[in-house]
Amino acid sequence: MTKHFEKVETLVSNIPDSSKIALAPDYSGCPMEAIRALIKRGATGLHIIGVPSVGFQGDMLIGAGCVETIETAAVTIGEHGLAPRFTSAIKNGTINIIDGTCPAIHAGLQAAQKGIPFMPVRGILGSDLSKHRHDWIEASNPFSENEEPLIFVKAITPDITLIHVPLADSDGNVWVGVRREMMVMAHASKKTLVTYDKLFDGNLLSEESMAPGTIPSLYVDGLALAENGAWPVGLFGNYPPDENHLKIYLDMAKTEEGFKEYINEYVFEPKAAE
Amino acid sequence: MSEVIKKEEMLIFVISEMLKGMRHVAVGASSPIPGGAALLARANSSTDFRVSMLGSEEHNTFTNGGTELFDCAAQGRIDAFFLGGGQIDGSANINLVGIGDYPDTKVRFPGSFGSAYLYYLVPRVILFREEHTPRALVPKVDFISAPGTSPDNVNRPGGPYALVTERCVFRFDKKKARFRLESIHPGHSLEEIIEMTGFEFDEPSTIRETKPPSSDTLKLIRGKIADEISETYPAFSSKIFGS
Repeated sequence: MTKHFEKVETLVSNIPDSSKIALAPDYSGCPMEAIRALIKRGATGLHIIGVPSVGFQGDMLIGAGCVETIETAAVTIGEHGLAPRFTSAIKNGTINIIDGTCPAIHAGLQAAQKGIPFMPVRGILGSDLSKHRHDWIEASNPFSENEEPLIFVKAITPDITLIHVPLADSDGNVWVGVRREMMVMAHASKKTLVTYDKLFDGNLLSEESMAPGTIPSLYVDGLALAENGAWPVGLFGNYPPDENHLKIYLDMAKTEEGFKEYINEYVFEPKAAE
Repeated sequence: MSEVIKKEEMLIFVISEMLKGMRHVAVGASSPIPGGAALLARANSSTDFRVSMLGSEEHNTFTNGGTELFDCAAQGRIDAFFLGGGQIDGSANINLVGIGDYPDTKVRFPGSFGSAYLYYLVPRVILFREEHTPRALVPKVDFISAPGTSPDNVNRPGGPYALVTERCVFRFDKKKARFRLESIHPGHSLEEIIEMTGFEFDEPSTIRETKPPSSDTLKLIRGKIADEISETYPAFSSKIFGS
């Protein structure tokens, strides 16, 4: 049964330190309120997986020292340039990086979703990425008459998928609309924890127009209401990024001291989202 | 309207000219200029022309999440795509990871995104790197996110078509695995390009100047295209077009 939590803090208490957590990119469902709660708790040793990339939430978790390993196709804050705390952490060697490419991350999760050990993926051959990936192997297409090399990507099974969505219902179903990478993430993960902006009045699965974009409660372990919970990154179809605040973040996060000031002001003593 | 053509407007036009006749052009992350070019090519097209822009809600019809772009590309449903790179070399290898000895890179870029896949599968990949300096266009990349060419036994219907920079256009010769200078943007010279390019390239016997946009096209870029691109790239749009 899906558990409803009163507070986002209690929801994230279900994420043990050192968990392997799947996260969505900035244009999808970013659980920023939950990220702030993880930072506030002082989570450590996390292995975060960008599906297929991460933005501000990854940068913040890294800056706050919560991350040991990041597995991703990119860390990107879009138009704003380089992600400051990620860039600094790589330079100082304080995190491990597992560099991937978008379709290989999707394919690894799809393998886990299907309960199979690996998935073949096009491309990648001859790239330096594969030299550093022991969970990718070069094999041959068994159906080809001629020798045809192909990359096999090992299944990726996150401990937890942590996402923010526009709507959830009291039965524990959550609506992701066309952002179906979150559905694959939930299917592939051992557990899925969700924050949501608004409670849907009724059952999402009994509405024909909503059901196709809904992750059924079967995959959802815990839920908590977080109005405006994707702030300042924004939520697809609902509210845009708070560009002014993102600029404040980027300005402060240029240095470690500045980042500490930022989290003191907006995470530990939040005046946020007023 | 000012007839002084901004660099970004010129580049949007130059890239859009390479997209004529395409049916479906996809635009990836952090790509305001290629995005503008795709929207301009669509606006000028008399045939069906689709644009799928990552991060856009208005210019994106994918309904199957993050995987659909890649599935689409693998099936040959995407005709053109854009890639960049912190470093690009003379064999069209691209590096989106970093400078120095991986993983201890002394300069770190965002990461490879979908390059190690789309570069192989999309027939017309246009490389775009605004900065045209020896540090961006290098003899050999420090890390290959995706190679410019592959051995014959690798399934590779796609690959590099051209490299567009702030100074010129190069076309890629797949057989020679080398770039050839195609045209030089107004205000730039061959001498300057040789000096500012870290790799060797072939030169044609006569060198063309890149054609700038007509005043009608410029009007279109500053109006409709500026407006359309501002949804996904508000900072770019307000900086360049002041909207």
